[in-house]
Amino acid sequence: MLMTRWEPYTGLWSELSRFQQEMNRLFDSFGLNEGSWPTLAVAYPAVNVWEDGDNVYAEAELPGMGLEDLEIYVTGGNQLTIKGERKQPAADKGVWHRQERGFGSFARVISLPVDVDADKVEARFCNGVLTITMPKSETAKPRKITVKTE
Amino acid sequence: MAKNAVVKRDERREVAAPERTRSSAVTYTPRCDILETADELMIYADLPGVQPGDVDVRFENGELAIYAKCAPRHEEVSYLACEYGIGDYYRAFAVNEAIDADKIAAELKHGVLMVHLPKSEAIKPKKIAVKAE
Repeated sequence: MLMTRWEPYTGLWSELSRFQQEMNRLFDSFGLNEGSWPTLAVAYPAVNVWEDGDNVYAEAELPGMGLEDLEIYVTGGNQLTIKGERKQPAADKGVWHRQERGFGSFARVISLPVDVDADKVEARFCNGVLTITMPKSETAKPRKITVKTE
Repeated sequence: MAKNAVVKRDERREVAAPERTRSSAVTYTPRCDILETADELMIYADLPGVQPGDVDVRFENGELAIYAKCAPRHEEVSYLACEYGIGDYYRAFAVNEAIDADKIAAELKHGVLMVHLPKSEAIKPKKIAVKAE
């Protein structure tokens, strides 16, 4: 099961996706749907990526998880993979009035704009926020070229 | 069970809630799970990035409100990918059960807030022993 991601415009999105489903059904009935309609499934977890001169940073919100639930690795120099499983806390017998939080396993691969040093990647987990610091490989760092005047 | 458990509102306590100033422009509605067991209501709320001291849980007039402050985690940076925003959280629930307000407990762990709302003794289901003569 893939978790769904929190969207601030849930109302709008659910409206849109319902509209899309209606449309798909309509086209299905005419045999026109050849898989050309993209789905509105979103990748999980949502990731923010930014960089400075030395590092590339990736941050993801994974509440309720710890580093032991995650596998993080960099392959091919610039492919960051975040894999894990969010387990539902064991609940006693009871009635769920609301279940909005998603659970299950997920994997996400992110292509970074530059090569990073896979051996020096650091991950930190604080209050449900995962921060990955990836030092850029020496060849990818910006170099200042001095212009000689004659 | 829920039918006879309607919270009786005390009209004298119907005062306007204090106005809250919000530090950031965007307030997010956290995702929540609510579980009801025989003894209590449990609310799980995803509040990633919130420090344990920055959560404010209030129960008043049958309404449970969760406020959580979440300061920006880094300086202005230019994102290569920005798929979510960071901001304060707010959510309120009308709790239609007789709750023992003094025993409400909340804990924040790994960005998940758990609020225990124990039901008051009066409305807990009671098993009546049938005597045989």
